[in-house]
Amino acid sequence: MKKLNLIIAILFMLGFGWSCSSGDSNSSEQPAQQAANNGLSQWELENGIGPVKAKMTLNAVDSELAASGEKIFDMKCMACHKMAERYIGPALGDVMQRRTPEFVMNMMLNPDEMVKKHPEVQKMLATYMVPMTFQNVSEEDGRALLEFIRANQK
Amino acid sequence: MEKSSITKRLGMIGLVITVAVMLAIACATQKKASLTDGSAAEEVYVPPGSYDEYYSFFSGGFSGQVTVYGLPSGRLFRIIPVFAQHAENGWGYSEETKDMLMTSHGFAPWDDAHHPELSQTDGVPDGRWLFINANNTPRVARINLSTFETEDILEIPNSGGNHASPFVTPNSEYIVASTRFSLPIPQKDVPISEYKKHFKGTITFVSVNPDDGLMDVAFQIMVPGYNYDLAHAGKGPSNGWAFFTCYNTEQASTLLEVNASQNDKDFIAAVNWKLAEQAIAEGNYRTMDVDYYHNYLEHGSRTTISENKKSVRILDPASVPGLIYYLPTPKSPHGVDVDPSGEYIVGGGKLASVIPVHSFSKMMTAIENKEFEGEVDGIPILKYQSVIAGEVQNAGLGPLHTEFDGKGNAYTSAFISSEVVKWKLGTWEVVDRIQTYYSIGHLMIPGGDSQKPWGKYLVAMNKITKDRYLPTGPELCHSAQLIDISGDKMRLLLDFPTMGEPHYAQGIPASILQPKTTKIFPIEDNTHPFVAKSEREAGVTRDGRDVHVKMTTIRTHFAPDNIEGVKVGDRVYFHITNLEQDWDVPHGFAVQGMNTAELLVMPGETRTLIWEAKKVGVYPFYCTDFCSALHQEMSGYIRVSPRNSSITLSHNAQR
Ligand code: HEC
Ligand SMILES: [Cu+2]
Repeated sequence: MKKLNLIIAILFMLGFGWSCSSGDSNSSEQPAQQAANNGLSQWELENGIGPVKAKMTLNAVDSELAASGEKIFDMKCMACHKMAERYIGPALGDVMQRRTPEFVMNMMLNPDEMVKKHPEVQKMLATYMVPMTFQNVSEEDGRALLEFIRANQK
Repeated sequence: MEKSSITKRLGMIGLVITVAVMLAIACATQKKASLTDGSAAEEVYVPPGSYDEYYSFFSGGFSGQVTVYGLPSGRLFRIIPVFAQHAENGWGYSEETKDMLMTSHGFAPWDDAHHPELSQTDGVPDGRWLFINANNTPRVARINLSTFETEDILEIPNSGGNHASPFVTPNSEYIVASTRFSLPIPQKDVPISEYKKHFKGTITFVSVNPDDGLMDVAFQIMVPGYNYDLAHAGKGPSNGWAFFTCYNTEQASTLLEVNASQNDKDFIAAVNWKLAEQAIAEGNYRTMDVDYYHNYLEHGSRTTISENKKSVRILDPASVPGLIYYLPTPKSPHGVDVDPSGEYIVGGGKLASVIPVHSFSKMMTAIENKEFEGEVDGIPILKYQSVIAGEVQNAGLGPLHTEFDGKGNAYTSAFISSEVVKWKLGTWEVVDRIQTYYSIGHLMIPGGDSQKPWGKYLVAMNKITKDRYLPTGPELCHSAQLIDISGDKMRLLLDFPTMGEPHYAQGIPASILQPKTTKIFPIEDNTHPFVAKSEREAGVTRDGRDVHVKMTTIRTHFAPDNIEGVKVGDRVYFHITNLEQDWDVPHGFAVQGMNTAELLVMPGETRTLIWEAKKVGVYPFYCTDFCSALHQEMSGYIRVSPRNSSITLSHNAQR
């Protein structure tokens, strides 16, 4: 019985992970076993936890990509974020000064785990009292969103 | 453990052990006396956070809905609204869903849901869809097992009391429907006493589109005016046939209790649906003007499309020889169940003292040799002795339904004697029986009416509950019982309460459904005409006295949340789009004084509620589904001004 449950659970989690290229991780199966820095590496502390695991190379802002990012932003982010001021979540007009591009990417691609594990995000959660939500953002969409955010830094 | 054999050995063992053994015996006897044995609790216990092994789908009977339970735990996961309005999520109230309940008799807010049936591929439940019939205003519905949502409801024309429905053919080519109550066809004003002269039955085959599941009335067969009760399709060698029980071959129209119980034998109708297909292809049918509705979900807008249909193809048995044969079956048979091999056709002769089992191969030989004992309206009646394979003796009183375990055993529910009787296919001997509490109707083994049953559990669906639970006044829940059938002896494991009156259920391993669950509706794909895909698109517009509010939700606010310029006499359409794209984050919507039910809006979808502005004032609206720590803050106001006010329509959604 137990074995079967385990198999089902594993199948379930596999189905889960593979159906979403963006690493949807709303599964609540995470063990709550976390040491100092919640067990994160220095790299993860700087760049976040998620599908982006290596430094990205960024060129000058691509305005076409930024424009497509804006459309996605309006649909999936604008209800909670403004560039210039705090809204439901933090203002994003200066986020690139606070965070690395990889952190920003991981934040939109894997917010559940970020909220659960990353000490910086947990600090923000204590301020904003709403968890940053997963908005079904693919890596490709995430890249466009990053470009839009970069294009709108003050 | 035999008490005597242990006692014999006692002499060789020391006194201390003797005491211990005696204690153990006392214990074992006590356990035997109780209804379940010691490990039952462990066997049905699903620890917190663990999953059940099976999903099961119970009909809600007079609740009109379907319920989803886990097995072996008996935990209720979900009520799927089907044939009845469901205030809990706005089903049948919201603008997007209310047309699902449209019929040729107008809007029908209730029905009596009977038999759930899973779609099949190669004779095995495939987990794509669940079908269920409405008995009162004849319809069939299709539920998508990725969303657990009713997507399709088809009315059956020329029918009364759609009971022998919606049993499926092995590759879901068709589901069936038929008249439990015969009618004048077409309907006309006739004396009821002239039943025999005017009343007819129909057997309907509903096609299921293999790609999207959309149902359609493929054809109807006009049959004598008996009461067609239950059905099952053939499988394996009998694939291509479908079997329907009928009672009231007396054709009584009053006090059926007595008058429809006169004949020693009624019939099981064997219908050759492959031949019917051929007759249709050859144009050997007539068309008839009818009036029925087909309501189905348009996926992009997640809105019902309701079509009024006007014509149906009719086959007459007399002009398609070989289409139907009657198998005489004692006595007012209820269920008809085909074993996994497809050879045996079991009749639930509810007033009979035996369970009659027909043989498909004998039937084919009898047809070939024309071993007929008569004919009704061009339908030959086969000789009982030519088709019967065996009779199960001592099978309990009032046998109704039979399911199979795939290991050569059959399990029949006996209503009057309140028991499940286990017997062997081929030898017809009863090998085990177990009491049920009380008055079992249907029973279900996951896959138990298919070619490959998962023969581990059996669920008894009992009609009478009496003293099984804490009392709740005159009205008690119906009760299900989980029985372990993995060994030689059946073992009772668990009682659990059910909703409405379950007529039949279906079960399927969770591993088939679980990976397919839909978690969100991608907002990109939403094509609702009043969707707001961003707060930028939210707003308010006026069209005469209709005011359309396009409103978005996300944790934890509505946009807009202040609306002004609405006037007394306006009809306000709240079109709520949930911008969330995360699993398990619906938002709800309700506004003070509304005369309809709340909306529950799933991530990425748009739902609409109409609110009449009746009196001057400022009215709050709020989110009804707890969604975040700031859920209590998720609210807003709509201001209603006098009809002659000059305040213009305005809102506060960000641009
Ligand atoms: C339901 C509201 C909500 C939505 C929708 C939302 N966010 Fe957030 N976001 C937050 C909150 C709140 C935080 C702060 C962290 C926390 O509380 O979990 C945050 C944090 C962030 C951060 C980190 C900011 C920092 O200073 O570190 C980034 C980057 C971000 N969001 C980007 C996005 C993008 C891009 C989208 C759209 C795909 C989006 N968010 C959608 C609420 C939201
Ligand atoms: Cu809410």
